[in-house]
Amino acid sequence: MTTATHHEPAAIGHEAPHLEHFEDLEKQAHASRLGMWIFLATEVLLFGGAFALFASYQVVFPEAFRYSIHHNAKLLGSLNTGVLLVSSIFVAAAVHALRGGRSKLAAWLVTATMALGFAFLGIKSIEYSRHFAEGIFPGGVGSFFQEHRGPGFPEFWTLYYGMTGLHAIHVTIGIGVLAFLLAGIVRGKLTHVNSHRLDIGAIYWHLVDVIWIFLWPLFYLA
Amino acid sequence: MTTLAPTVPSPRDALPKAAQPTYLNVETTLRSWLLTTDHKRIGILYLVSIVVFFALGGVFALAIRLEHLTPNPTLMDAMTYNRMFTLHGVVMVWLFLIPSIPAVFGNFVLPIMLGAKDVAFPRLNLASWYIFMAGSIIVLVSTISSGIDTGWTFYPPYSSYSNTAVPTALFGVFIIGFSTIITGVNFIVTTHTMRKSGLRWLQMPLLVWALYGTSIIQVLATPVLGMVLLLVMLDNGLGWGFFNPATGGDPVLFQHLFWFYSHPAVYIMILPSMGVVSEVVTTFSRKNPFSYKAIAYSSLGIAFVGFLTWGHHMFVSGMSKFDAGAFGILSMLVAIFSAIKVFNWTWTLKGGAVSLKTPLLYVFAFLFLFVFGGMTGVAVAATSLDVHWHDTYFVVAHFHFIMVGGALTGFLAALHYWFPKMTGKMYSERLGLLSAALVFAGFFATFFPQFLLGNAGMPRRYFNYPPQFQVLHLVSTSGSWILAAGLIIAAIVLLYALKWGHPVGPNPWGSRSFEWRTDSPPPKHNFHREPNFDVGTYDYTQPLLGKYDDPRPLPPLPQDVA
Repeated sequence: MTTATHHEPAAIGHEAPHLEHFEDLEKQAHASRLGMWIFLATEVLLFGGAFALFASYQVVFPEAFRYSIHHNAKLLGSLNTGVLLVSSIFVAAAVHALRGGRSKLAAWLVTATMALGFAFLGIKSIEYSRHFAEGIFPGGVGSFFQEHRGPGFPEFWTLYYGMTGLHAIHVTIGIGVLAFLLAGIVRGKLTHVNSHRLDIGAIYWHLVDVIWIFLWPLFYLA
Repeated sequence: MTTLAPTVPSPRDALPKAAQPTYLNVETTLRSWLLTTDHKRIGILYLVSIVVFFALGGVFALAIRLEHLTPNPTLMDAMTYNRMFTLHGVVMVWLFLIPSIPAVFGNFVLPIMLGAKDVAFPRLNLASWYIFMAGSIIVLVSTISSGIDTGWTFYPPYSSYSNTAVPTALFGVFIIGFSTIITGVNFIVTTHTMRKSGLRWLQMPLLVWALYGTSIIQVLATPVLGMVLLLVMLDNGLGWGFFNPATGGDPVLFQHLFWFYSHPAVYIMILPSMGVVSEVVTTFSRKNPFSYKAIAYSSLGIAFVGFLTWGHHMFVSGMSKFDAGAFGILSMLVAIFSAIKVFNWTWTLKGGAVSLKTPLLYVFAFLFLFVFGGMTGVAVAATSLDVHWHDTYFVVAHFHFIMVGGALTGFLAALHYWFPKMTGKMYSERLGLLSAALVFAGFFATFFPQFLLGNAGMPRRYFNYPPQFQVLHLVSTSGSWILAAGLIIAAIVLLYALKWGHPVGPNPWGSRSFEWRTDSPPPKHNFHREPNFDVGTYDYTQPLLGKYDDPRPLPPLPQDVA
């Protein structure tokens, strides 16, 4: 098994464990990264369908959409953008640290990323509860829609809850993935030798961030 | 000319057959099957489950046909009829056709064809089967609870307020989508990263190209369906009314997103069949394919253009003339790629040493029926004709020619072609040919009259019909029983062979394709030792080595062929 380590000069003395059906760890890492990128393509198409719906309804109901965007919690939404961007920096730094063999630093950076993920969800729930208090519920239910009767309002807010909700589910899954990887780092099972596994989690986290970068102008700015 | 590598006798080859464990007998407990990560066993798990679902969908189909024996209610009431045709569609599309060839035969042979030990993500592969089963069971629970009466297309606004089990069924289909995506990701990554070193893209068997094209569609189209079905689920379950015109929602938007998936889904069903045809045609004519590259690239061409044709389902849903024209012409492009394949397969047969075995008979059925379905497809892509035929039996006949005449005959060809590889046993050739002939004849008798019915104005999904249509309906219903008889005979022949079929060697068809260069059934990691791919997958000009060689003599040299 020692021959499997010749690509990683730093790994001398370690066993580079790879799954039985791969020739070596390098091939396994390549396959895992490619698999994650292709999976991200499906995520983009999943949200792509929702973006297509948003675009269509915005063309049909420009006034209702403009009013609703103006009504939305711009400050909280923008704050969340900052939170996710900083979290992405942390997770990228964690990958870099782990590759360099600094597992302890990597563990702290992943923890910080997760903490910011929780912060995002916290801010999101404040935002949701504000909207609930204003009488805005998905499906055009609530007092808000008694005051704003035109068509387009239910569509905007249904898309708002649907798309940001789906995104929040992705943030939650991302936190779960990072927690799993963090456990690996802490227990010494995830090190610079097989750091591609953290790469994969980080790529996923970046996607969650990127999707938010598109949701933010749609629902809060413009 | 490729040089022949010397045969190195391996100590394992010297062992008597019983001492070499195959993937089937290496472990035999139920637990070893349910927790397997072996791609071959997962293929078998898929095979068993989808054949059960296929039988179920077939029973619904027979019930529909029986109902149409008379112009008035025959067997059931109108609501039961609505449930029957919806369940027939949902079960056949999502529980059978979508997973059929990729999940069963793709799983079984793709890694062997690449010289790999397994797919890239074996555990995910097993998870995909469990997800598929979970989704399928949810769909079937909706069947038992109250059925679904919307048609398999789930069009709102009706699906938004139908009192039947729409949300449950949609949830099941949504879940099945994940298994499709996992299979697609697995195949793409496996093809990219798991090829035996030295095996270049243009040396891969054509089935791999077809599965690669299919996987791209699976990965890119399925999530859009997931999103839109989720919204209809919430519309129906929670009354969101997102596609409800009463609150400003637009049901036509649903149609756009639905067909963005569901039209490419047709190519998820047909492309793998085309891959099977390429394999079977070359093996049974003992020749290289006429233009390998044209067949390989046209698979990708269909996968690409398939994404740009969805609007042809909506010519009458309110679409500008320009859009309709563009979608119509793009749809016709698919016929060009398909025709490239059909011409190449036909030309492959010319001058080959053709032996008419059961898989090849199914492929002949495929060629005839697929051309028929494809040509009528070009016809319905023309807007002026589509307005006349839209929502009639003409369209029903057209897509059954593609999905049954194409995809199902491809599946049956694959089942008979790889049966000896999967089981190490051979079925009765004569009865196999008989069942294939019955399937073809029954299919044609069932669906050809439906073209005439549709052209005469018989709308699809109608419970009753005017008496002048009864003769054609009678022919169609009789045909459905011939088709059923053919399928039942095929099932009996294969089940009999499973137990009492005579054992076969590694390469009973004398194919050059890579999966025949290992034992039948293959060992757990596919090859006992490093596989020898020196002779190309379609190179019939020179012998293979040792026991994997052909039992039959080589074909005559090209100049001997008139």
